[in-house]
Amino acid sequence: MSIQVRNISKRFGETTVLDNVNLTVHSGELIALLGPSGSGKTTLLRIIAGMERADTGTVLLDGHESLTQNAGARRVGFVFQHYALFKHMSVFENVAFGLRVRPKKERLSDKEIHRKVMQLLALVHLDKFHDRHPSQLSGGQRQRVALARALAVEPKLLLLDEPFGALDAKVRKELRRWMRRLHDEIHVTSIFVTHDQEEAMEVADRVVVMSNGRIEQVGSPGDVYHQPANSFVYDFLGNYNVFEGWKDTEGKTHLLEYETREEDSSPPPAPTAPSGWMKRYPEITGLLHKILPSLVPGVPSLLPPPKKKPRPTPNQGKPIKLFARPHELFVAKTPDDHEYVLATVTHINPAGPLVKIEMERRNGAALTAEVPKEVIDMLSISKNDQIYVRPKNTRIFEGG
Amino acid sequence: MIKSASYTIEPLFMRLLLSLIAILFIGIFVALPLSVVFAEALSKGWRAYMDALMTEDARSAIKLTLLVAAIAVPCNVVFGLAASWAITKFEFVGKRLLITLIDLPFSVSPVISGLIYVLLFGTGSVLGGWLEEHNLQIIFAVPGLVIATIFVTFPFVARELIPLMEEQGTEAEEAAVMLGANGWQTFWHVTLPNIKWGLFYGVLLCNARAMGEFGAVSVVSGHIRGLTTTLPLHVEILYNEYNFAAAFAVASLLTMLALFTLLLKSIIEYYFPHEVKAF
Repeated sequence: MSIQVRNISKRFGETTVLDNVNLTVHSGELIALLGPSGSGKTTLLRIIAGMERADTGTVLLDGHESLTQNAGARRVGFVFQHYALFKHMSVFENVAFGLRVRPKKERLSDKEIHRKVMQLLALVHLDKFHDRHPSQLSGGQRQRVALARALAVEPKLLLLDEPFGALDAKVRKELRRWMRRLHDEIHVTSIFVTHDQEEAMEVADRVVVMSNGRIEQVGSPGDVYHQPANSFVYDFLGNYNVFEGWKDTEGKTHLLEYETREEDSSPPPAPTAPSGWMKRYPEITGLLHKILPSLVPGVPSLLPPPKKKPRPTPNQGKPIKLFARPHELFVAKTPDDHEYVLATVTHINPAGPLVKIEMERRNGAALTAEVPKEVIDMLSISKNDQIYVRPKNTRIFEGG
Repeated sequence: MIKSASYTIEPLFMRLLLSLIAILFIGIFVALPLSVVFAEALSKGWRAYMDALMTEDARSAIKLTLLVAAIAVPCNVVFGLAASWAITKFEFVGKRLLITLIDLPFSVSPVISGLIYVLLFGTGSVLGGWLEEHNLQIIFAVPGLVIATIFVTFPFVARELIPLMEEQGTEAEEAAVMLGANGWQTFWHVTLPNIKWGLFYGVLLCNARAMGEFGAVSVVSGHIRGLTTTLPLHVEILYNEYNFAAAFAVASLLTMLALFTLLLKSIIEYYFPHEVKAF
C-alpha cells in the first residue's frame, strides 16, 4: 500500500505537534520515523493509522482518503510500544481477535481461524505458547504476539510505535534483525517509529528524520548519515566535534586557532617539500638534498630552497563552525604541516573496536576522537598527555 | 536486624494503646449496635421474629425494596458504564463538569434530593400538573421511589469505574478498533472483561445503598402502608408504633444485607486487589 501524507498539521492546545508534514511512502517499503521525543513522530503515525485526527491535511492510502473508511476496512495493522495485548485472553485468542470480530459473512470458519492463527504463531516462533496468557510471556515474546495479532488481519500497511522501546538492549537487537528478515519475507508496507538512530539505520529502507513537528530529511540510511541535510540531522545521528574556522578566498576551510609544525625556529627543520612533483615525492627530494651536494658541488642551489609555509591569516569573512565525527579526527604527538589544535587527554575508553579518547582544549572545549587501538599503542598516548588533533574531514551547515 | 527495627516503630505500650482505642471505638460504634439489633429482634423469641417478617406489610415492603433495587441498580450500571466510558476513553468539552455532577449525590443531603423531586413532580409544579392531567402518579408512588433511589445511588458504579478505567488507559481499545472491532465488540470483548470485578464491586455498593436508602425515599414515599413503604421506611413505622421487636426484626434483614455485602466486598478486595478501587 502506498501512502501519501499531504500538508498534515496538528496542534495540541498551544503546541504545534506537526507542522505541514508531507511524506510519500512507496508500496513495500520499510520506513523509520526517527526523531527525539516530542518531534511528532508518534502523532504522525497515529494520524496515518486513523487513531488521531489532523487539524489540516489529508492522508491518502493507495490514493484514497483514508478516514472515510472504518479501521477494519482500511486493513492497517498497528503494534503498540507497550504491546496492548488483551490480558484476559490467551495468546491464541489475542491473535484470533481480528478474525473473530469480522462481520459474519466475511468471517472464516473456526477451523480456518485455528489454522491461520497457528500459522502466524509459527511465523513468530510462539506456536508452543498458544494457550499461555500474556502475563506468562517475556517482553520480547509479548511483542511478537502483538505483531502476529496485527498480521492476522492481513494488513496492507503495518504501523509500529516504538516496537522495541520497552525491551532490553539484547532482545531489542535480536528482534529488530528478525523484523527486518520478516519484512523481506512478507513485504508489507511498514512504518515504525523510533528514537534510536542505530535501530532506524539497521532496519529501515528509508529513514525520515523529524524534529519539532517537521521532517528534516528523508533518505536511505547511507544518505542520511553521510549527507545530512542540516546540523540537526548530523547531530542526531551521532557524536561530533565542533571547531571554529573560516573560509579563505579559494573556499578552503581553516581552523581559527591552530598549531602547526614550528617553522620559525632555527635551525630550520629538514626541507619542506614545496610543490609539484617534489611535494608528491618528499623522500626523493630528501634524498637529492642529501646526496647531490657530495657528488656535484654547487648543485644544491639548483634545487628549490626549503620555503616557509605561509601561515594563513583569517580574512574578513564570518567565523564558521566546522563539524567532524569522532572517527574523523586525526591525532598525533607532533604536528606536521597541517593545522592542528592542541588538547589534553582527559579520558581513554579502550572498550569497543575503536578506542575513544576524550580531550579538552585550552579554551575548555571538549573533543572526542575514535581511533584504532594500534594508533594509541604506537603513539603511546595516555591520560594527561598533550596531543595534536586535526579533523580529517569537516562539514559546514548553513545557519550553524 | 530485629533490634534495629525497634527504633523505627512505636514502643509496645503505645501499640497496645492504639490498638485498644481502635477496638473500643469499633466495639462501641459498630459491634455493639449490631448485636443489639439481633438481640432485640429475637427478644420475643424466634416465632415472633418470623411472624414480624411474615406480616402482609413486611412482605410487601420486602417486595417493594427488591423491586426498587431491581430497577435502580441496572439503571445505574448502564449510566455508570456509559459515563465512565465517556470520561476515560474520550476527550470532550464539559468533562470536568460531568465528573462534578456525578459526585453531586454524595454531597447533597438525601432529604434535599427527595424534596427536589417533590417540588419537581408534585401537584403544585408545572410538570406535576401535566402529569396529573395524564393520570401519571410519580410522587407518593413507586416511580418516585425509583427515581429518588437512582439519584442517591448513581455515583457508586461510575465512581468505582472511572479511576480503574483511567488507569487501564485506551491502548487495548485502540488495538481492538485497529483490528476491525466495532464499538460494541470492543466494549464487550475488551473493556468489560478488564473491569468486571470493579463493576461487580460498584454494583454491590450501589445495591446496598439502594436497599438501605431512607432519607430521599422517605420524602417521596408518602408512607402509604403496604404500597409505598420500603424496608427502611417499614422499620421506621414499626418503631414509631413502639413495636420494637418487629422493628428490629425487619432491621435485622437490612443488617444481614449489609454484612453480606461487606463479606463479598472483602472477598473481592482480597482476590482481585488490582481490579477494584476500594472506596
